[in-house]
Amino acid sequence: MNATGPAAAAPAAAQPAAYTADEMMTACAARALHDGTACFVGIGLPSAAANLARATHAPNLVLIYESGTIGAKPDRLPLSIGDGILAETADAVVSVPEIFNYWLQPGRIGVGFLGAAQIDRFGNINTTVIGATHAQPKVRLPGAGGAPEIAASCREVIVVVRQTRRSFVQRVDFVTSVGYGDGPGSRVRLGLTGAGPRKVITDLGVLEPDPATCELTLTGVYPGVSVAEVRARTGWDLAVSGSLEVIGPPSASELTALRGLQAISQGSEGAA
Amino acid sequence: MAEIVSLADAVARAIHDGDAVAMEGFTHLIPFAAGREVIRQRRRDLTLIRMTPDVIYDQLIGAGCASKLIFSWGGNPGVGSLHRFRDAVENAWPGPLRLEEHSHAGMANRYVAGASGVPFAILRGYSGTGLEGLPGLDGNPAVRPIDCPFTGERLTAVAALRPDVAVIHAQRADRAGNVQLWGIAGVQKEAVLGAQRSIVTVEEVVDVLDPRPGAIVLPSWTVDYVAEAPGGAHPSYALGYSARDNDFYVAWDEISRDRERFLRWLDSDVFGVTSGSLAGAGSAEGGCGA
Repeated sequence: MNATGPAAAAPAAAQPAAYTADEMMTACAARALHDGTACFVGIGLPSAAANLARATHAPNLVLIYESGTIGAKPDRLPLSIGDGILAETADAVVSVPEIFNYWLQPGRIGVGFLGAAQIDRFGNINTTVIGATHAQPKVRLPGAGGAPEIAASCREVIVVVRQTRRSFVQRVDFVTSVGYGDGPGSRVRLGLTGAGPRKVITDLGVLEPDPATCELTLTGVYPGVSVAEVRARTGWDLAVSGSLEVIGPPSASELTALRGLQAISQGSEGAA
Repeated sequence: MAEIVSLADAVARAIHDGDAVAMEGFTHLIPFAAGREVIRQRRRDLTLIRMTPDVIYDQLIGAGCASKLIFSWGGNPGVGSLHRFRDAVENAWPGPLRLEEHSHAGMANRYVAGASGVPFAILRGYSGTGLEGLPGLDGNPAVRPIDCPFTGERLTAVAALRPDVAVIHAQRADRAGNVQLWGIAGVQKEAVLGAQRSIVTVEEVVDVLDPRPGAIVLPSWTVDYVAEAPGGAHPSYALGYSARDNDFYVAWDEISRDRERFLRWLDSDVFGVTSGSLAGAGSAEGGCGA
């Protein structure tokens, strides 16, 4: 469903309503990034959204990758966080200890953009193991990477993740990165300096923490998505905001920009 | 002073069974040729240390070289799972693999402490995560809380990494063994300075290292062995010399998914290549043209 080459883009221009769930999710995530913000970006959905934002409403978005590239300006989607295009287009390239210690840790970075394998009702993220024990997991996932400190120290966090009952769980099997911990007061108690997850953007809509309980609450759905469908794909009894918003579909310019980025990226495979 | 030797000699002299070995390079300049040479020389019981195990450690783990792994992110970047790593953790094939697991910030600070000659580093990190409670390879907690002696603030301490051997790949060295690398620099300098011994493979040995913007230089007297290995970072890339071979990373998903298929790859692409041959360092598997 990511395969949107030039052939698919042409008819889409005549029928702007035709888009995939991933395109809707990516456009929604891009809109959450304000121009001029410094954003710590992971590869995959977050990177596609951040680059879409740069190509549309936020040309001065500062992209920071954990490989130490600050202010990267790739004209295609990078293949990995170490893609040469990030270093070649960056304002500065620093070592890995420096990016975490000097840049992330003191709270210089506005938004942390994370993915997740599992996320729970308090926005805690698991990317480590599925199964009851760490020592003998059912599924071994890649692990933490930069996420625990991104989740702790960016001024706020946006999570982009496809929504299923298996990924949206009552309680994560392992806390790799802390969202709101056990609820109100957890972040302060743990000494986490950033505000935590502001939005969780899925392929169905948007969840935001309830200001009083910190519990992720459905605040927006995409056109054609029902609340019942979102609840069916959530592993806890999902609360729904009283002012539920229907989020606008991707605009023609968002779709053109996103498909353009993806087409260039596919053509440049191997050209790191 | 660094000795300029063949890659086979460097590995034979610097890396022994049971060593703790850090092969670093943060998605850029990954020392793949050196990794394959370690497999070829059939090292065993290694403790492998690396922030991102990547395909290089998937190969070493699948080949049975490692019994322990210290790491922070074990995926195939931009592609998916590391299947040999997962098979070792989930099914103990080809043998059990004990893990010590950190965050990137924790690992980076552990290398800084090692390079700095102090026993630990401090950071704001791990707080409230499951990583905080995990044991290290010695069974004791791998990270510990510490109170700031000036403000009383609660922070996290992580132990210094002092590998027996660090292995990195760089763009160039001169004939005296001074090493120059540029682009994404990762934690390579810290790994070399924190290790007891070190091997640096380079794209080329040149007469004079002309200055490059932002380049790191490791003076000859901080390195033990320099070995010329053109294409030695393939399928990762060497800025200014070669591009990332993304097709290989994608192909690895299929090669590594199945044990028999992986063993055939080992025979043909590692054991089937002469150890001293520079061609075996990477060009055998695909283009590395600058």
